[in-house]
Amino acid sequence: MDYTATQSGFRQRKLQPNMRLRNSSVDGSEGSQLFEDTSGAAAGSQTGNQQAGPQAAGFSGQSILSDPMSNLAMAYGSSLASQGREMVDKNLDRFIPISKLKYYFAVDTVYVGKKLGLLVFPYMHENWEVSYQQDTPVAPRFDVNAPDLYIPSMGFITYVLVAGLALGTQNKFSPELLGVQASSALVWLIMEVLAVLLSLYLVTVNTDLTTIDLLAFSGYKYVGMIIGVVAGLLFGRPAYYLSLLWCCAAIFVFMIRTLRLKLLSEAAAEGRLVRGTRNQLRMYLTMSIAAAQPVFMYWLTYHLVR
Amino acid sequence: MAFTLYSLIQTAILCTNAIAVLHEERFLSKIGWGDHGVGGFGDDPGIKAQVLNLIRSVRSVMRVPLILVNSACIVLLLLLG
Repeated sequence: MDYTATQSGFRQRKLQPNMRLRNSSVDGSEGSQLFEDTSGAAAGSQTGNQQAGPQAAGFSGQSILSDPMSNLAMAYGSSLASQGREMVDKNLDRFIPISKLKYYFAVDTVYVGKKLGLLVFPYMHENWEVSYQQDTPVAPRFDVNAPDLYIPSMGFITYVLVAGLALGTQNKFSPELLGVQASSALVWLIMEVLAVLLSLYLVTVNTDLTTIDLLAFSGYKYVGMIIGVVAGLLFGRPAYYLSLLWCCAAIFVFMIRTLRLKLLSEAAAEGRLVRGTRNQLRMYLTMSIAAAQPVFMYWLTYHLVR
Repeated sequence: MAFTLYSLIQTAILCTNAIAVLHEERFLSKIGWGDHGVGGFGDDPGIKAQVLNLIRSVRSVMRVPLILVNSACIVLLLLLG
């Protein structure tokens, strides 16, 4: 019954304009049967539809939703799709920890606004510690000091787009160049994260910094790069240099203050002078990670603003 | 600087190859980086011990995968130029 009801409903919707046409032309030429005899008065078309319905569904494959064969095909297809998705989920979770990634994307607008402000002006912020909640770090939504992956990924995409724009103003743009820029920046990012991981291993720092944390910290420099390039596009080279200088200094201070709490020992992090080669090495490591950021920022943007 | 992901893979393979060919007794002992003197189990192994550890672990862990990857690279380069 449902089948015929939808069928007739569909047919009726399709035949309404035909009926109007038919009614208008029936004054002019009765007997000109352009369509089947299902057209005419509404009641007549209803009964006519119910007879013409099953035959029409047989050969007109356009009525997809009500055809029994395609119902079966859709059901089979959706079960196949859900099976495939289960398999992909199960296997993907072995390589990329999806649940851990979700933590880094648990952000909201307030957090993003505060973090962007912190990346550009970190000098007034006092408490840089990440707050914990029963041994797990609190989600970025609740703590502005926690690292996230939203800003780095959005920054990366925006950087690629802004680079395309900047190259377009130099009349050097082509669509492949976007891909080249994206893969270049990605390769530099991966190399930087690998270098930091290697140096962390060599200095035997006992830290709870994960690889994704390092990825997040390395991705924060894209914000400064975008600001520099946009300022350079709008106001010329001096503005580019000035804003890049400001953002480089800001990122330097931001990285030092963030990494100090994670890499250095308790005493050194509080600012007391602690002797010993190990602490010195850690201090050098922190400084060099922070100093690498402005270098990369300049390296990846100087060819965009000429 | 047009880096692609493919060049990153190439770099990784070349670097791993370079680390894996450092022979323990023919070369590393000669320059004083052998396996004898780094048995310190204190909580401060030092950078040199970590580097030697790294070289030794790369050599032992990556030997078989490197054989496979290098063979694949050779075949691909022969076929595709």
